[in-house]
Amino acid sequence: MKDVDALIKDLDRADSADSLLNAVKALGEKRSVVAIPHLIQVLNFNNPGAAVAAVEGLIQIGVEAVPSLLEQLDRHNYTARSWAIRALAGIGDPRGLVTLLGAATADFAVSVRRASARGLGLMKWYWFPSNLREIAQAEALEALLFVLEQDEEWIVRYSAVTGLQGLLQSYAQATDRVEAAWQKILDHDPVPAVRARVAYARQNLPRLTPPEPEPMPFPIDWQEILTRLRERKSLERRTISDPNNYRDIAKAIVCQDL
Amino acid sequence: MTNSEQLTIEQAIANLEGDDLGLRLYSAWWLGRFRVKDERAIAVLVKALQDNDDRTPNGGYPLRRNAARALGKVGDASIVLNLIECLDCEDFYVREAAAQSLAMINDRVCISALCRLLEQPDAVPQPAPEPPFLAQPFDALIEALGTIGAVEAIPLIKPYLDHEVPRIRFASARALYQLTPDGDYYGQILIEGLQSPDLQLRRAVLADIGAIGYIKAALPVAETLAENSLKLIALGGILEQNLPESYLNQDTIGVMDLMDALL
Repeated sequence: MKDVDALIKDLDRADSADSLLNAVKALGEKRSVVAIPHLIQVLNFNNPGAAVAAVEGLIQIGVEAVPSLLEQLDRHNYTARSWAIRALAGIGDPRGLVTLLGAATADFAVSVRRASARGLGLMKWYWFPSNLREIAQAEALEALLFVLEQDEEWIVRYSAVTGLQGLLQSYAQATDRVEAAWQKILDHDPVPAVRARVAYARQNLPRLTPPEPEPMPFPIDWQEILTRLRERKSLERRTISDPNNYRDIAKAIVCQDL
Repeated sequence: MTNSEQLTIEQAIANLEGDDLGLRLYSAWWLGRFRVKDERAIAVLVKALQDNDDRTPNGGYPLRRNAARALGKVGDASIVLNLIECLDCEDFYVREAAAQSLAMINDRVCISALCRLLEQPDAVPQPAPEPPFLAQPFDALIEALGTIGAVEAIPLIKPYLDHEVPRIRFASARALYQLTPDGDYYGQILIEGLQSPDLQLRRAVLADIGAIGYIKAALPVAETLAENSLKLIALGGILEQNLPESYLNQDTIGVMDLMDALL
């Protein structure tokens, strides 16, 4: 068995699409934080096969990869940015929430909207402090309902169905609104695959249980997430929710010892 | 293009009758893209099938190609005969576009014309200006016959299973899957095609499998080395062609689980 350093050398030396793909896969399977910058580097190559494998590897590494992925978002390579969003979507880290809300509803690339809609359903809601959680879940609900009703691409609407199914596991309060939206899809969506996914989600619904919480590996800067959420909200749905909520949340966060 | 620059149907029709070759080409594409089912639009597109103004250095007819493609998307059965005439055009790509559009319109009237080109590949003059320098767009002709359900074409199609161009072999397997009772035999040929070392070919076979909805290919599709988007489209095609009225059974649930993992 090769160690991580040897696999990183393999990656550097890869000189064909196949050898690159194999090197990325082998490195990703190590789930080593040492591999993170190297896997992120692969997102910048113009090679979809290798990028899929690198995204998969970064998702396996999980929350440890999130800071580097967020950094990647600030760069200007559009393709690499979209792969990074897809990795964030698969990890479900709260620090990716605001990025996913924006990407699901407005990104130019279908694959990014698709992955983000799914990612909103995979969010590790149990890490959120309880008051912030509801605000964040309400945002995710609005975003996913918007995508389900408005996106022109069937696969993005399909993905929003899975996102809503995931969200309901930890946000049962939304059941009535989601049910109503799903019924509308069953009655009106022109694409049978989307209607089928709704039927499947409904069948799953009674069996849904909240996911088993994993421990939070390090403190998260909730104030930062809250600020970004607030910016997002002030841009959009000023009237729908009460801005006073935010003051309560801010208080709750300040009182928490994170 | 900003909203204010977008065409209206009136403008697109006027452009097609105007002198600007670029605008004519674009307007023909535009009418197809938005599937404009307007009598006047269809009339100008049919007229464009005879265009002689727009020529490539190799003698091709770009406007005719776009008009033929657009008419398939508009999907009006009244113009089938016009498209059949295009099968005699000396531009390979006009013939290809016509065959693809005839498949979309799906009218049996064109079967004998499609068969004639398979039977006598040299029946029309054919400066095929670009590789692979084939006499005819065999894959498009064969796919059209399969889509239309032309069982009488089975003996004509079978020899193409051994054609030297892989794309044509897979098109034949796809059509014979649709036309014969030996679906699994031909479906397996397509599944093997998913292992092709050539990415372009794997993408084409994914599209074939999505088009015929071969349920046994669902797992091999999910495992193919290609973009998730293309695999999802293929799995969506499989799903839709196997849906019971209640949407759910073991097969369709299995396909949706595979799709979820690719989102």
